[in-house]
Amino acid sequence: MRSILIVASKEFLDGVRNRWIIAIAVALALMAIGLSYFGAAASGFVGFTSVSTTVASLASLAVVVIPLIALLLSYDSLVGEAENGTLLLLLTYPLTRTQLLLGKWLGQGGILVLATLAGFGSAALVMGLFASKASWQEVIPAFSILILSTCLLGWVFIAMGYMLSARVAEKSKAAGMALLLWLLFVLVFDLGLLGVLVATEGRINQELFPWLLLLNPTDVFRLLNLRFMSDGVVVNGLMATVGSAGFSTGFLLSVLVGWLMLLTAGAVWLFKGRSI
Amino acid sequence: MSIISLDRAEMRFEKLHVLKGISLTLGEGEVLGLFGHNGAGKTTTIKLILGLLKPCKGSVRVLGMDPASKEFRSARQQIGFLQENVSFYDQLTGYEVLRYFARLKGVDNKQCQSLLEELGLDHACYRKVRTYSKGMRQRLGLAQAMLGNPKLLLLDEPTVGLDPVATRAFYQSVQRLKERGCTVVLCSHALPGVEQYIDRAAILGHGQLLAQGDIEQLRNQANLPLELVLQGSGIENALPEALRALISHQEAGRVVIQAGLEEKLTLWKQAVSIEGLEDFQWRLPSLEDLYNHFCRQEESSCAVS
Repeated sequence: MRSILIVASKEFLDGVRNRWIIAIAVALALMAIGLSYFGAAASGFVGFTSVSTTVASLASLAVVVIPLIALLLSYDSLVGEAENGTLLLLLTYPLTRTQLLLGKWLGQGGILVLATLAGFGSAALVMGLFASKASWQEVIPAFSILILSTCLLGWVFIAMGYMLSARVAEKSKAAGMALLLWLLFVLVFDLGLLGVLVATEGRINQELFPWLLLLNPTDVFRLLNLRFMSDGVVVNGLMATVGSAGFSTGFLLSVLVGWLMLLTAGAVWLFKGRSI
Repeated sequence: MSIISLDRAEMRFEKLHVLKGISLTLGEGEVLGLFGHNGAGKTTTIKLILGLLKPCKGSVRVLGMDPASKEFRSARQQIGFLQENVSFYDQLTGYEVLRYFARLKGVDNKQCQSLLEELGLDHACYRKVRTYSKGMRQRLGLAQAMLGNPKLLLLDEPTVGLDPVATRAFYQSVQRLKERGCTVVLCSHALPGVEQYIDRAAILGHGQLLAQGDIEQLRNQANLPLELVLQGSGIENALPEALRALISHQEAGRVVIQAGLEEKLTLWKQAVSIEGLEDFQWRLPSLEDLYNHFCRQEESSCAVS
C-alpha cells in the first residue's frame, strides 16, 4: 500500500504542477456557472434556471469533456514511462506492476475528483445561494449524483487509457488511439445505435434496447443524470428513445463501478503481459 | 555466498536464441566488466539478473534467491540499477526525482543530498531535469542507482555522456562501493581505461560467453604478442639478429618488436645490452586488444561453421 501511495502522490503532484487540476477546474466551473445562468437563453430567458435544466446541461457537457480529459491524463502514463526509460527502472524497485498501475490510477483519479469537485461544486454553491428557483434540497442530491457519476465516468476512461497505454509501443500511437476511443464512445456508439433503430424502423426488441446502452459508460452516465430531469427538460438524441429505462440510480452506479473494475483489471492484465 | 550465480542460463525470444547457456559467478565486493557488441546478450543477462526475465533453461540466483520470484521483491532494496539513456521526469527537479526513487526504496531523504553532492549535482539539484545535460542526467541516474548503499549494482553503459573528469569521479565512487563490499556489474562499450577498475571481465558474443577471467587470465588465454618499443639513435641498425626477425614496425630511432608473453624475460635481457638504447617500453595486450581478439575469433568460427 505504501508503494501505491508514493506513486499516487507523485502523479497527483505532477497534475498540480502541470496545472491540470487548475485548468480543468476553472474550465468546468466557468462552463458550469455559465450554463446555470445562461442555460435557458435560447428560450429568451437569462438568469438562473431550474436545477434539472442546469444538471441536464452540465451532464451534456461532462459526457463530452470528462472522457477526453481522462484519456488525455492517462494515455501516456505507461508508454510514456517506457519511452523515458523509467518503466524498466521502476520495475527493478520493490514495486509490482499492479502497484505501479494502481498508484497512477489513484493519483490521476484524484486530480479528476478535485477538479470535478471544484468545477461542479462551485456551480452547486452558486445555484444554492443565488438561484431563487432552486432549493438546497434539490441542489444537493442532483449535484451529488452528477459529481459522483462524473468522477466514476472519469475513472472509467482513465482505466481505458491505461489499457491503451499498456498495449501500445509508442506514445504517438497511444495519442491517436485515445482520440479514436473518445470518438467511439462519445459519438459513434450512439450514432450506431440510432442507425440500427432507424434501419429496423423500431422493430428491434424494445426491452433489449435500453440494455444495449449499458455497453457504453457514457450512456450509463447520461441515464444516471436523466433521472433528475422531471420538469419538462427537452431530452433529445438516443436518450429520448429510452427515457431512464426504469433502471435505478443504484443499479446504474453499479454498472459504472462494474465498468471501472473490468477496465482496471484489463489494464493490469495487459500491463503484466507487456514485455520490457 | 555468491552474489550472482548463472548456471547455463538460456534465453529465447521466439526463434531468436539470445543467450546460449551462460555460466557466471560473482562474489561479494567483486567488480565484473561485461563486454560485447550490440546484440551480444548483455542487456538480456542484466534483465535475467534483475528478475525482469526468466531463463528458458538453466538457473539464475541472485543474493541466494531466484530473482524472478515473489520472495525476491524485498531483496530489490539491496540492488541498484542504471540503464542506458534514462531521461527521468522532465517536470521534476533532480532532487525530487531522487527523493521519489528513495521513497520507493525506503531510503532516508538525507542520503539524496549526500549522493547529489558526491556526484557533483548539488548545485543543480533544484533545477528541473529538463534543463540537465546528458552527462548530468547520467549522474542523476548513478545517484539513483547508489541509493540505499546497494549490495549489488548493475550499470549499463554508465559513463555514456560523461566527460573524463566525471568518468573518473564515477569510477572512484564505484571503487568506494566495492570497498564497502558492493558487487558491481558494469556493461560498457568504452573499454579504454576500464580495466583498472574491474576485477574480472566477461566477454559476450552472439549469446555466448567467449571468455571470462581477470586480465592476466585473459592475456594467457588469448596468447596475444606483447610489444617492446626500443628507442635510441641508430637503434634499428644495432639490433641483434634474433630481435631483427621480430620487428613489427620501425622508423628512424624507434623499433617495435612483437613476441610471445613467455619470451618477455629473454627479450628484456637482449634489449638492455643493445648499444645506443636510450629508452624502452613494454606494451601488454590491453582489454580492448583482448576483446577484439575474442570477438574476431568468434566471428571467424561462425564464418567457418
